[in-house]
Amino acid sequence: MPGLMARLSLIFKAKFSKALDRAENPNETLDYSYEEQLRQLQNVKRGIADVTTAKKRLEMQYTTMQQQVDKLDGQARQALQAGHEDLAREALTRKTAVQAQLEAIMTQGQQLEAQQQKLVDGEKTLAAKIEAFRSQKEVIKAQYSAAEAQVRIGEAATGIGEHMADVGMAVQRAKDKTDQMQARASAIDELTAAGSLEDFTSSGDDIDRQLAQISQGGQVDDELAKMKAELGTGAEPSKEIEGEKA
Amino acid sequence: MIVRLMGEGQFRVDDALLTRLNELDAEVSRAVEQGDERALWTSLQALADAVREGGEKLADADLRPSDAIIPPEDLSLEEARELLADEGFIPDVPVAS
Repeated sequence: MPGLMARLSLIFKAKFSKALDRAENPNETLDYSYEEQLRQLQNVKRGIADVTTAKKRLEMQYTTMQQQVDKLDGQARQALQAGHEDLAREALTRKTAVQAQLEAIMTQGQQLEAQQQKLVDGEKTLAAKIEAFRSQKEVIKAQYSAAEAQVRIGEAATGIGEHMADVGMAVQRAKDKTDQMQARASAIDELTAAGSLEDFTSSGDDIDRQLAQISQGGQVDDELAKMKAELGTGAEPSKEIEGEKA
Repeated sequence: MIVRLMGEGQFRVDDALLTRLNELDAEVSRAVEQGDERALWTSLQALADAVREGGEKLADADLRPSDAIIPPEDLSLEEARELLADEGFIPDVPVAS
């Protein structure tokens, strides 16, 4: 199997030189190429702006999720004070689930931040290449025979096409990633929208099953015990928890 | 030789480094064949690091196409397969018609 690096560049080259082979008038091709490059640069800019917008929306969702965490914590406290340990447990279970998702989304958000900077750099490079192409095309028009011009245009346009495809793919990947994070955050929104205590009594749906699994992790028991101690509600932490802490 | 690190830019690497890059490249290919995503990431990372450390970054205005292209370090197996299927995954960029 030929190396991946070489194979990839062959795929890229095949893609971007094909169209140029058919060109009859190098001067027209040059101007058309340049126009097309400018148009593509606008697309790239729009793509990056979309990613930025999506990221801002996500940041707002983090804040909402953080508020939900606080709210559920408050609800658990209230439930416990009122002597409803089962409800307190449900609230804490949901809190744990939201918190876990929140942390995962934050980590991905940081990765996205780094990628975003690369996108902006890639766009700058693209603009510089297009500008270089613009000045080169005038030189080519003035100094080269049609056959030579063809070769030079082919090279330059392939080089730009390669970079454009690279940035385009990076934009697409960043978009996909924000979409995934968005979907995840929205699922949590739905989960917490039903975050009133009464809703905890309904059971049997997917989310409830997931929550039940999480609550088996012991974290909820720990939190519940801690909360009881803080509130001084008298109830002794269960033996199980004492055992874990010892 | 000119090498592109996707999402990052182009580098000039000399022949001395090429042997090492080819070895790492073989590891990447093997990881894709064996469907081992973790090995894919490790080898892509090593490949990219070798280029960054041993290569010289090309000027932005340089219009040369690359002789070799290295995909992003966090490429998934699915993306790798798509990338290697003819023209798949590479955005359609008409340069001229």
